[in-house]
Amino acid sequence: MKFRVDFSTATPIAVLIISLIFSILVPSIAFAGDEEQGKAIAFDRKKGNCLACHAIEGGSLPGNIGPPLENMKNRYPDKAKLRDQIFDATKRNPNSIMPPFGKHEILTKDELDKVVEFIYTL
Amino acid sequence: MRNFTAYIVITGILCGFAFGAQASPESDRKAFVEYYKKKFPKVKKSEYVNGVYAIDAASRAQWESIEEFPPYEIFIDEGETLFKKKFKNGKSLASCFPDYKKGIAQTYPQWDSKRKMVVTLPLAINECLKKNGEEEFEYNKGKIASVLAYLGFLSRGKTISVKVPNKDARAAYEDGKKFYYTRRGQLNMACAHCHLDNAGKRIRADILSPALGHTSHFPVYRAKWQELGTLHRRFGGCNKQVRAKPFKPQSEEYRNLEYFLTYMSNGLKSNAPGMRK
Ligand code: HEC
Ligand code: HEC
Repeated sequence: MKFRVDFSTATPIAVLIISLIFSILVPSIAFAGDEEQGKAIAFDRKKGNCLACHAIEGGSLPGNIGPPLENMKNRYPDKAKLRDQIFDATKRNPNSIMPPFGKHEILTKDELDKVVEFIYTL
Repeated sequence: MRNFTAYIVITGILCGFAFGAQASPESDRKAFVEYYKKKFPKVKKSEYVNGVYAIDAASRAQWESIEEFPPYEIFIDEGETLFKKKFKNGKSLASCFPDYKKGIAQTYPQWDSKRKMVVTLPLAINECLKKNGEEEFEYNKGKIASVLAYLGFLSRGKTISVKVPNKDARAAYEDGKKFYYTRRGQLNMACAHCHLDNAGKRIRADILSPALGHTSHFPVYRAKWQELGTLHRRFGGCNKQVRAKPFKPQSEEYRNLEYFLTYMSNGLKSNAPGMRK
C-alpha cells in the first residue's frame, strides 16, 4: 500500500520535472539550424559517420580515406553537385568506396539535405 | 597503378584476349605481391604476415610487447589436450590427422576432388568428430579455435602452400575471388575497397591492413574479443561492418573466400596463432 502512495506522489513530480526539462530543450532543438543538425548527423557513427574517412573541422580522430572536407563553397559553386556526391559517390567515381548515402537510404532525404547544408558551411 | 580493382579487371581482360581464359591464380598472386610492393616499398614481403603491424611502426611497438607474454598461449595448451583426448571409441582427433606433427595447417584449405568442395581445417576437424560419433564444435570460437591454435603453432615457420589442382577447384577459387571484389551491404563496399585500394589508410582510428598475409596467423586472439576467434568469425565481422548479412562460418561462400585469400599468401610463412587489436 505504502508503495502505491509513494508512486502517486512521485508521478506528478516526475511529470513536472520532465516538462521543465522539455521547456528548456525543445525550443533549442526546434530553433537549431539545419546546419547544426546536419553536423550532428554527419558526426553520428550510426548515421553519416563521415569522420570515418574525412577530416572535418570540429571532429576528432578522423580517418584519411577521403580528402579533408573544406573550402566547399569554392569547390562546389553548384550545391546540387555536392548533394549528388553525397547521394551517390559512384556516379562520379564508379569504384568509390564512399557509401551512397541517398541511393542506399543510409540517410533519409531530410537528413541528407541537412548534411549538405552543414558540409556547405565548411 | 593506384587502383587495384581496375588493375585486376584490366589484367583479366588482357589475359582473356591473349589466352581465351581468365588470369591464373598464380598471376593473380604475383599481381597482389607487386601491388603491395609498389604501395609499401620499404616493407619486406615476409613481414606481411603481421598485418597492420607490418606497415605501422607506432602500433607495432605495443604489439611486440604484448607478444612477449602472448594471451593465446594457454589456448595452445588447451588445444593440444583436446586434440589428443580419447574419443569414446578410443581414437582421437590426432588419429584423423596422422601427419600433424609435421605441421599441416599451412596446407589448408584443400580441394576435395571427390566431393568437389573446398575443405578447410576447421571443417576437417568437425568431420572427424562426426565420423567418430563425437559432438561437433561450434565454428567461431571456443574449442575449435583452441585446436586450430595448437595445429597452427605446429605449422609456424612452414610455407603456406595452397593448391588449385583442377578445373573444378579453379571454379571455387574464382568464386572466392569474385566475392572479394563484390560490393556488399547497405554501405556498398567490397573487401578489396578496404584491404587493397585503401590499405595503409585510416578508417577513423583504425589503420587498414593489407590483404597479403591476411590468413597466416589465424586463429587470432583479439583484444576486442578477449578470446580467440577463427578466420570466418573475422569475415563475418567485416561483412557486418558494411551492414551486410554475414554468411555462416564454413558456408560455401566463406570456404571459397578463404581458398582465394589463402592462395594469395602462398609462399609466406605461417605464424598462427596471432594477436591483434
Ligand atoms: C568509407 C569512406 C567514406 C565515407 C564514410 C565518406 N566518404 Fe566522402 N569521400 C570518400 C572518398 C574516397 C572520396 C573521394 C572521391 C571518391 O572516391 O568518391 C570522397 C569524397 C567526398 C566529397 C568530395 C570531396 C571533394 O574534394 O570533391 C564530399 C563532399 C564527401 N566525400 C562528403 C562526405 C560526407 C558528407 C560523408 C558522410 C555523410 C562522407 N563523405 C562519407 C570516402 C568516404
Ligand atoms: C569498411 C572497411 C572494411 C571492409 C569492407 C572489410 N574489412 Fe576487413 N578489416 C577492416 C578493419 C578496420 C580491420 C581491423 C584492422 C586491420 O587489421 O585491417 C579488418 C581486419 C580484417 C582481417 C584481420 C586482419 C589481421 O591481420 O588479423 C581480415 C582477415 C579481414 N579484415 C578480411 C576481410 C574480408 C575477407 C572482407 C570482405 C568480406 C573485409 N575484410 C572487408 C575493415 C574492413
